[in-house]
Amino acid sequence: MKQLRRNLWSWFWVLLGVLYFVVPLVTTFDFSLRKLRDQISLEAYVSAFSDPYFLPAFGLSILLAILTIIFGVLLVVPTAYWVHLRVPQVRPIMEFLTLLPFVIPAIVLVFGMIGTYSRPPLLLTTNFVTTVVLIVAGYIVLALPYLYRSVDAGLRSMDVRTLTEAAESLGANWVIILFQIILPNLRTALLSGALLTLATVVGEVTLASFLGLPTFGPYLFLLGQHKAYEPAALSIVSFAMTWAAMGVISILTRGRTDGGAVTAGH
Amino acid sequence: MDNSEQRARLAANRLRQVWNWAGVVPFFLFAVMFLLLPSSSLFIKSFQDPAGNFTFDNLAEIFRRQSILDSYWLSIRISAVTAIAGGIFGFFLAFAITNKGIPAFLRPLITTFSGVASNFAGVPLAFAFIATLGRTGLLTVFVRDTLGFNIYDAGFNLYGFVGLSLTYLYFQFPLMLLIMAPALEGLRKEWREASENLGATGFQYWWYIGLPILLPSLLGTMLLLFGNAFGAYATAYALTGGTLPIVTILIGAQIRGDVLHNVGLGNALGLGMVVIMTISIGMYSWLQRRAERWLR
Repeated sequence: MKQLRRNLWSWFWVLLGVLYFVVPLVTTFDFSLRKLRDQISLEAYVSAFSDPYFLPAFGLSILLAILTIIFGVLLVVPTAYWVHLRVPQVRPIMEFLTLLPFVIPAIVLVFGMIGTYSRPPLLLTTNFVTTVVLIVAGYIVLALPYLYRSVDAGLRSMDVRTLTEAAESLGANWVIILFQIILPNLRTALLSGALLTLATVVGEVTLASFLGLPTFGPYLFLLGQHKAYEPAALSIVSFAMTWAAMGVISILTRGRTDGGAVTAGH
Repeated sequence: MDNSEQRARLAANRLRQVWNWAGVVPFFLFAVMFLLLPSSSLFIKSFQDPAGNFTFDNLAEIFRRQSILDSYWLSIRISAVTAIAGGIFGFFLAFAITNKGIPAFLRPLITTFSGVASNFAGVPLAFAFIATLGRTGLLTVFVRDTLGFNIYDAGFNLYGFVGLSLTYLYFQFPLMLLIMAPALEGLRKEWREASENLGATGFQYWWYIGLPILLPSLLGTMLLLFGNAFGAYATAYALTGGTLPIVTILIGAQIRGDVLHNVGLGNALGLGMVVIMTISIGMYSWLQRRAERWLR
């Protein structure tokens, strides 16, 4: 009896949760199939993908995501490794700095960035290349909390000192240590971080629109202003991308109980 | 010991110290350029009048202008409502998937889905809700055609307070679930058995043991949800087109073109957000540390 009541109670919340998850997706999907009157078709998808502005915008977003991942990893991994091994006394400062992006919303960050870099002597916002530098830096800042934390946790779970000393005694220099020993040992943490970064950077709107870069996020927003079905189709596509990224992460981190990764891109 | 040898060792030691610190220089340089400089730009300009002199006027202006206070209040209300509702919903869902009341295969599915939903925000989320609950959204039309009930006639509006809150809930309660499920698993079976052996009912177990242990992480996570919603911009902008004056929307309008006619006030607005975020995230990490006393 008690068991039955508990099961009913569980099922109630699970069904409610599943409905909340699924209904907006199903209706959006259904909507995206109705571009042609009185028939179900993929016309909205065809039309969305064949728009000449779609590919450049999407390509730029992917490029920014890749740059963010590469430079984020190059910045975070050596630093975290070094802090572990040589200067553990700066760890509190690192904790503070990597928590800071949590309390600075993206809109406030971009506001401060424009305030700092939109006038001489540090003028970065007028030129495409320097704007890309600025936005990638901003994305790295937004990714810092989860990227640094997962790398830090990864380093904690292996014996960094012994590995380093063993490598050194065999004649390895620090480049070899970092690329052939530390990075491979962090691959789960880094892959999850990279996928999460990909999923969030590709759809990011706030930084991109205020720094004036024609990426996928602002493109999708503008599309929504004057089209009905194509935005729904692209929403489904970006949901599928997020789903793929998170699915791979959950396979990578299977069996762990650390609540999963959370970003700050809403 | 030879004096020169000692000096040489000291010098070598100092060199190593310098070398040690050199390793963290790139990161700190990055942090200064893209984290500290932008934040201090905000901070400094909040205390400057148009001529560049020091002033408290911008901060005072926040409390003087009713429209700005209303914005903060609206943001706080939306964040609090979605944090509490999402928190309760997420907690019960986490409870449901951890207490073996549902088949085991559903659990990883729901957890992964929560990972997706908690990261599925911004423009696509807004579009999904417009397609569902907008004026011609499928659910709106379905309810109207089958039940003869128009939710918009009944006062519902997707582009207002309730609509935005419902949309935010889509990423709020999954986040709660992701954090609370491990916490619920941290409750030891022994505690429950011990309380049952002493004759406690299920209610007594939860009221006197389960909830007090979970309370810090429960409240802490709700504060995290609060901050999560408070800083959100893209979702709100895409959903309402900037018509619902929450603080982030106001800041966005200020960046686009000084709508407040006061640069310092715009920066003070951002500073106010950082202060509120710092309070909620600070309390979150304090509560999280308390939670770890029992749930290890």
